[in-house]
Amino acid sequence: MKKKDFILIAVILALALAGLFFIRTRKHEEGRYAVVYIDGEEFGKYDLEVPQEIVIETDRGYNKIVIENGAVRMEEADCPDLICVHHKSISYDKESIICLPHRLVVEVTGGEESGIDAVTY
Amino acid sequence: MTRKITITALFVALAMVLSYVEALIPFNFGIPGVKLGLANLVVVTALYVLDAKTAFAVSVIRIILISVTFGNIAALVYSLAGGILSYFVMLAISRIKGFSPVGVSVAGGVSHNLGQLIAAMLVIESLSLSYYLPVLMIAGVITGLLIGLVAKPVIAAMSEYMGREK
Ligand SMILES: [Zn+2]
Repeated sequence: MKKKDFILIAVILALALAGLFFIRTRKHEEGRYAVVYIDGEEFGKYDLEVPQEIVIETDRGYNKIVIENGAVRMEEADCPDLICVHHKSISYDKESIICLPHRLVVEVTGGEESGIDAVTY
Repeated sequence: MTRKITITALFVALAMVLSYVEALIPFNFGIPGVKLGLANLVVVTALYVLDAKTAFAVSVIRIILISVTFGNIAALVYSLAGGILSYFVMLAISRIKGFSPVGVSVAGGVSHNLGQLIAAMLVIESLSLSYYLPVLMIAGVITGLLIGLVAKPVIAAMSEYMGREK
């Protein structure tokens, strides 16, 4: 290995660690809603306080989303990789679960819209 | 000409074997659309032993053949995005003085993951995947490093063999 190889590796690792640090130190605020996007379009918005099951069937396939105890998870899916199903449940603002084969994103958003949270904090 | 086609075919076949081996390893980044990229070993070697055009052909042909053979057409767009981006990055780095095949391979590994992630972000039209970026960069460095260290003696041996044949 040559000197420039080491420099390249060091630069990439430094950038990656800076990125990790940035992600870790973000404020972890509890989210209020789970928003489902399909093909980048908003499909529906669901209150995390309300336990529910959302079944989505598109021509790409089937996903079952479950909201329970203020968190959302992918309960079932018929996608080939099942990465979405194995993903841990999410409840913090801006966390997301992605089902790439079905082009589906579940994202938690904060409670800005309600206006009440700002006062209760 | 025939000799060149034969060598290209050999490289493609080798890349396919490596992709198959990779598919057998139960290793998952847990990140949509992202794989290890062992077949990059062949592309790195091709860049040094063959010419740039042939290396590009090897890279693209193996990706298409693997997608068709293993029936993963859906993942073709991600593989192509990763493969093509990493090819051009590796070509550029290999032309710069002072980099060994290890540096080229690391740049290739990182850009391979980057290309796949960008394609996936475009497909789902969401930036939420960008949170995987740091982990993917680190993973790219590790696989690139391993592949580069293996590629070095392979390139040396191949160059010697090719030189003798001529
Ligand atoms: Zn899925």
